[in-house]
Amino acid sequence: MARPKVALYWAASCGGCEIAVIDIEEHILDVAAAFDIVFWPCVMDFKVKDVEAIEDAGILVTLFNGAIRNSEQDHMAHLLRRKSKVLVAFGSCAHEGCIPSLANVTNRKEIFKTVYHETASTDNANGVEPQTKTQVPEGVLELPEFYDCVRALDQVVDVDYYVPGCPPQSDQVWGVLDHLIQGKPLPPKGTILGAGHKTVCDECPRERKEKKLKAFHRPHEIIPDPQECLLDQGIVCMGPATRDGCGAKCVKVGMPCRGCYGTPPGSKDMGMKMISALSSVIDSEDPEEIDRIIGQIADPLGTFYRFNLAHSILFRVQDDLNRKAAE
Amino acid sequence: MKRYTIDPVTRLEGHGKIEIFVNDDGEVANAYMQIPELRGFEKFCVGRPVEEMPRITTRLCGVCPEAHHMAAAKACDAVYHVDPPRTAKKLRELLYSYFFTADHTLHFYALGGPDFVVGPDAPAAERNILGVIAKVGLDAGKKVIKLRAWCQEMIEKLGGKKIHQVTSLPGGVSVGLKPEDQARAIEVAKYGVEFAKFTFQVLEDIVLKNKAYLDLILGDVYNQKTYYMGLVDQDNKVNFYAGKVRVVDPDGNELCKYSAHEYRDHIAERVEPWTYLKFPYLKKVGWKGFVDGKDSGVYVATPQSRLNAADGMATPLAQAEYERMFETLTGDKSGKKPIHARLATHWARVIELMFAAERALQLAQDPEIISDKIREVPTAKPTEGVGIVEAPRGTLTHHYVTDEKGILTKVNLIVGTTNNYAPIAMSVKKAAQGLIKKGVQVTDGILNRVEMAFRLYDPCFACATHTLPGQMPLIVTIRDLDGNIKQQFRRD
Repeated sequence: MARPKVALYWAASCGGCEIAVIDIEEHILDVAAAFDIVFWPCVMDFKVKDVEAIEDAGILVTLFNGAIRNSEQDHMAHLLRRKSKVLVAFGSCAHEGCIPSLANVTNRKEIFKTVYHETASTDNANGVEPQTKTQVPEGVLELPEFYDCVRALDQVVDVDYYVPGCPPQSDQVWGVLDHLIQGKPLPPKGTILGAGHKTVCDECPRERKEKKLKAFHRPHEIIPDPQECLLDQGIVCMGPATRDGCGAKCVKVGMPCRGCYGTPPGSKDMGMKMISALSSVIDSEDPEEIDRIIGQIADPLGTFYRFNLAHSILFRVQDDLNRKAAE
Repeated sequence: MKRYTIDPVTRLEGHGKIEIFVNDDGEVANAYMQIPELRGFEKFCVGRPVEEMPRITTRLCGVCPEAHHMAAAKACDAVYHVDPPRTAKKLRELLYSYFFTADHTLHFYALGGPDFVVGPDAPAAERNILGVIAKVGLDAGKKVIKLRAWCQEMIEKLGGKKIHQVTSLPGGVSVGLKPEDQARAIEVAKYGVEFAKFTFQVLEDIVLKNKAYLDLILGDVYNQKTYYMGLVDQDNKVNFYAGKVRVVDPDGNELCKYSAHEYRDHIAERVEPWTYLKFPYLKKVGWKGFVDGKDSGVYVATPQSRLNAADGMATPLAQAEYERMFETLTGDKSGKKPIHARLATHWARVIELMFAAERALQLAQDPEIISDKIREVPTAKPTEGVGIVEAPRGTLTHHYVTDEKGILTKVNLIVGTTNNYAPIAMSVKKAAQGLIKKGVQVTDGILNRVEMAFRLYDPCFACATHTLPGQMPLIVTIRDLDGNIKQQFRRD
């Protein structure tokens, strides 16, 4: 009997999700035995044409990682959606945008300006920029279009399931794959797989006293107590606003959570959830003092929305008021 | 003009494609390696707190996040003018040594290795890790998985996560190695050394004793003479974590040796309209185009390049292998004459694997490694800093400028594989020119040999395949000037 077809694809990503699959170690042999992997550009040289040749819905499951940054990735998302029975947004980039979607603080013009004109070592007196079509002596060379906005996978195609994390931890990845290998029934569409149903605080071993704070500290400014909750000690930790399932690995080595497992259950926006959590620990009634305490949070946008800007209610920065004021 | 499109080229962060143009005489007129991707870290990191960069920049690459983590950590130390305690630096280098051991192993067995272990003309379906296992045995395959698993375990212990480490801060690291964990650290490092020896045996038995492969390595198709770059310690020996960047010319003479903060005196990057990736070159020599030679500012940063730029290896087993390779390929074991045969990069990679494992063992056995003096809280005002390490795929530079609060105002990154972009393009073109000629039928073996020119650089991420069976299908489409398909050749 023919093995079910499986595909893995990467869009605007880093390759970490590929390694997360490989980190299931010898279980990868079980995956290879159970499935016919028909497309995995990181690992195998199947072409897009090979995917096009498969009948619609002929792929049982596609694990799609990476955010949608350009026209090629957009095209691949649509193609794989058509060819797959089940499409999984695998990893934080596909799930909520992840760090590539931090680029939604800016736009194509500004990115090109920095990358191709302004960085310290760039030598580009002629002001050259990449083009979607370039005439060279031998013919025309093409590049995909770089979009202004980065999108999560479900903002361009219909998605069946999500596996959160940057990257998804390998024990969770194996849990999902094992479920598929064993042919167990699939949960309702839209389910978040390979993660918990609470927040990182529930996995965190540190002792929580829910103290009130008069000050915030950045991670390098103090040496925290190893047993006590980091937020209690004034270090901004995204644990209260992040879905669990990761094993709280960062806090276990003394570093605050930064939210890579994404929006927790019951919440529509991580930033709003975190603002709510922080406002309840600020120890002051005086507006000026409150302002001063909040002002110690170094980068609210990049801290509350580092992994989920594309999925947040903000989605992108509309304009840079600081720049406008300076002009 | 005929046009061959190889799409996708794999094992590059994001995507890549090669366009080969063949004129009416059947000669390759030109070949272009296009990189169709960009994310914009140099822009969207502006506004972020600098101490977050060891955790943000890891997302440049999930196969070598350790490299970005360390370059960022060192740049942060420089920004805050803080010198981490000795133990902190040793812990970072220990983590880094486990990483190099695992990463180079992976490339040898799963990526570059199949071309040699199984053979460049072997059936495509066998040119992968399964074919390697068939040749060297299932036990070997399991050894590879075990080596990786053990190194990842140590990386998680020291870095917090296997992928996207978190423990480095300006001034040190957030966790140390507990005394009760030191024995395990030593055990893993010892296994790394044993495994490196095993890998040399594989290299010896299957590659070096095979005359056809030796001819392939020494042949002209994959030979290029450029400048070579690598990080060296105070004795001019290869080091991955710290030192100065040394560049030698095609004859082996030192062009320059610079500290991190001086990088801009030496490196500049060009832009071409047909690709999103920039092309670094040596400023003192100047950009002369995609050409070889002493007058061209094109340089390489790979394991081979590092061994060319250095005077030797800092650990005994690696040094013995270094001398053996240089003796075999140049007749001079001192290593003064650079090796230009690009395929020898695979061999250099195994020598580095040995060094990484020996270095891990040295550090794991160091009594100071379990000290709890692991952090210095910065007190100086943050300004600007550069951090440089060797990533497995080349010299990695992170340059940060911040405001007085340590919030980033400027970011410049020159990433490992980026250094090699021009050389990769040149190697691919040279291989295509050497292999595709009038009257030659473009076979599967020919196409694979063109890909081998690209694969030896181990571009940006090691595609960490352990096992997957599969073909390496390729479709070559020959179009006339109007774009109509004249012929299609499939290899599936």
